[in-house]
Amino acid sequence: MSDRLTTCLKIRRGAPGEPEGYDVIEFEFEAGQSVLDALRWIRSNRDATLAVRYSCINANACKECVMRIDGRTGYACTTALRPGEMLIEPLPNKSLIRDLVTDTLPPDERLLET
Amino acid sequence: MTQYLETDVLIIGAGGAGMYAAIAAAETGANVLLLDKSIVGRSGATIMAQMTVAAAVGEEEPDDWRFHLKDTIAAGRDLVDEPLARILCQRAPEKIWQMDEWGVGWARSGNHLTQAHAPGHDRKRCVYVDFLNTGPATARTLRNQVRKYDSIRRVSDLIVTDLVPQDGRAAGAVALHLESGQTVTIAAKATVIATGGLTSMYNRNSASANMGGDGYALGLRAGAELIDMEFVQFFPIGHLAPRMTGMDPIMWDPFRYKLGGRLLNGNMEEFTQNYGAPEDGKYVVTRDAATYAIFKEVEAGRGSPHGGAWLSFEHIAEADLRAAFGPVIDRLADNGIDLTKMAIEVAPIAHYHMGGLRTNDSLATTLPHLFATGEAVGGANGANRLSGNAISEVFVFGELAGRSAASLRHGAMPNIREAAAPYLAVIVEAATRTSDGTAPTAAIAALQNIMQQDVGPFRTAEGLRRALADLTELTDLLPDLPTGGAKAFNQQMADWFGLRNMVLVARTVATAALARTESRGAHQREDHPGLDEAWTYNQVISLNGDEIQSSRGEVRRLAQEELV
Repeated sequence: MSDRLTTCLKIRRGAPGEPEGYDVIEFEFEAGQSVLDALRWIRSNRDATLAVRYSCINANACKECVMRIDGRTGYACTTALRPGEMLIEPLPNKSLIRDLVTDTLPPDERLLET
Repeated sequence: MTQYLETDVLIIGAGGAGMYAAIAAAETGANVLLLDKSIVGRSGATIMAQMTVAAAVGEEEPDDWRFHLKDTIAAGRDLVDEPLARILCQRAPEKIWQMDEWGVGWARSGNHLTQAHAPGHDRKRCVYVDFLNTGPATARTLRNQVRKYDSIRRVSDLIVTDLVPQDGRAAGAVALHLESGQTVTIAAKATVIATGGLTSMYNRNSASANMGGDGYALGLRAGAELIDMEFVQFFPIGHLAPRMTGMDPIMWDPFRYKLGGRLLNGNMEEFTQNYGAPEDGKYVVTRDAATYAIFKEVEAGRGSPHGGAWLSFEHIAEADLRAAFGPVIDRLADNGIDLTKMAIEVAPIAHYHMGGLRTNDSLATTLPHLFATGEAVGGANGANRLSGNAISEVFVFGELAGRSAASLRHGAMPNIREAAAPYLAVIVEAATRTSDGTAPTAAIAALQNIMQQDVGPFRTAEGLRRALADLTELTDLLPDLPTGGAKAFNQQMADWFGLRNMVLVARTVATAALARTESRGAHQREDHPGLDEAWTYNQVISLNGDEIQSSRGEVRRLAQEELV
């Protein structure tokens, strides 16, 4: 088995209007695992309320998991985890929906509110 | 406040088949509402397909759709719905040219399309987009076409939770808007299920997050029938380790055939010959034999560290590797994979579902005004799908289902305000469960383990009975699983409704697998080895209250003269 490494994810939480907050969650990983691997593990094992958009999981085909990782825009599925602390935030230039999910839909694909 | 929408044609699922259906329906003049529970044109299976599309375009060598049909029927081990398969093979070539006109960019050599010779085909028949880009190019092309129609309304983040039957027909659906938490009622003259298959019910799969059999469950609860649910195709050498991202996990297959990748057990020894399938230096061990051999080695404690087998290209010269893999070699390097110095680990993974909604030649299900398309259609591939047929289905069945559904556009618009109420109540009730307890995500993981363990490629009566008991327990848990209480983008609600569908569909797979006391194609019973002629029929599944009922359906055949 490969060596286990540890990362500390500092994840921005909350919806618009709620006080700004971060959760810090530790995750043990193998080299090569992605930020999305960690976020999905958190949803299954630590906190299912975390909102994070993804679909293809692995293939970097759907491009849905775009977010801010250590201050840079990237895909969670292809950004490798690294030991130490990693800062995970929603895109700053899109309106926030909740946690790591921002409004990345084309405007004509949204359900208009009644 | 529930929003109330009306449409001629409601299409649930906006992968390749849903988008193709939307275009075909809009072409006839129908208004279309195209929904996806994730993002339109981005989620689903199509976009992940890196491989090939089978169609007898005869560009590489002379071909005829009848040869393609013959191979499709042979692969399906006597259970193929032949009229559906004929539609698929006969119409696939014109769809390849339609996609070409729309700019998909099929790989070419000189003045003709290049076609690969994929396993199970009698000749070079499979077109593709370089490099490993067939699915993304297909999805992009269809997305661009869909956008050209003002009559196609696209809505992302909308999760259909139930169909609404009325007067013995499908009359629309109710849905949860993930982004806002709002409920939506959709009245529709015709509805198309385009939700793909069920492979994310297994913990080793090549699926996107939303392939949990939603459309099967929606159809079943509304009164439609399913067929061939026991046939889940496993891909023998799916990527297992080291962690590799940005690539389709089934990508190794053509390289193994082309270069001669060696399959090795945990002791780094060749092993397929111990199961009657020697490599003989040709590396053409069939998928079922390779799957079986890997399973047995792991069971005997001779698996690779992560529970699969090694696949090694270390004996191949670096220049040959680079020639075959092209730019893919650099993507592998990004993942820390150097094939000249290391073997990778592979294992069988759930890849495709042959079963699905039972339809006629118009892709109408047994519930009037409900249609199916793409992988959600059952029957055309029988007990085992020929490689390359999945995207052909996207095109051919997409177009056919869209046109069939649109033919109902001149009827009256149903009013489902009252009929929708009990289905909306389920969403409202689910949203109130904020207590602590097992999260739906954890229950989904449990279900994936049950399916992998006991309803995988190799099955026994004992394991299937255990799975059914475990699934009953999960079903009983459903009403108590918490959904978190958040309004905006509450994924736990999505998880819960996904799980509700998965549990039902998993029960249909296990029930059909337990009943079929033989081994055929993708359904292998260790306690009933070998094909039994007496089982040459389809199992048809319906729901009576909470009870899953199974009956026999005659395999639909073509007359001999239609086959040649």
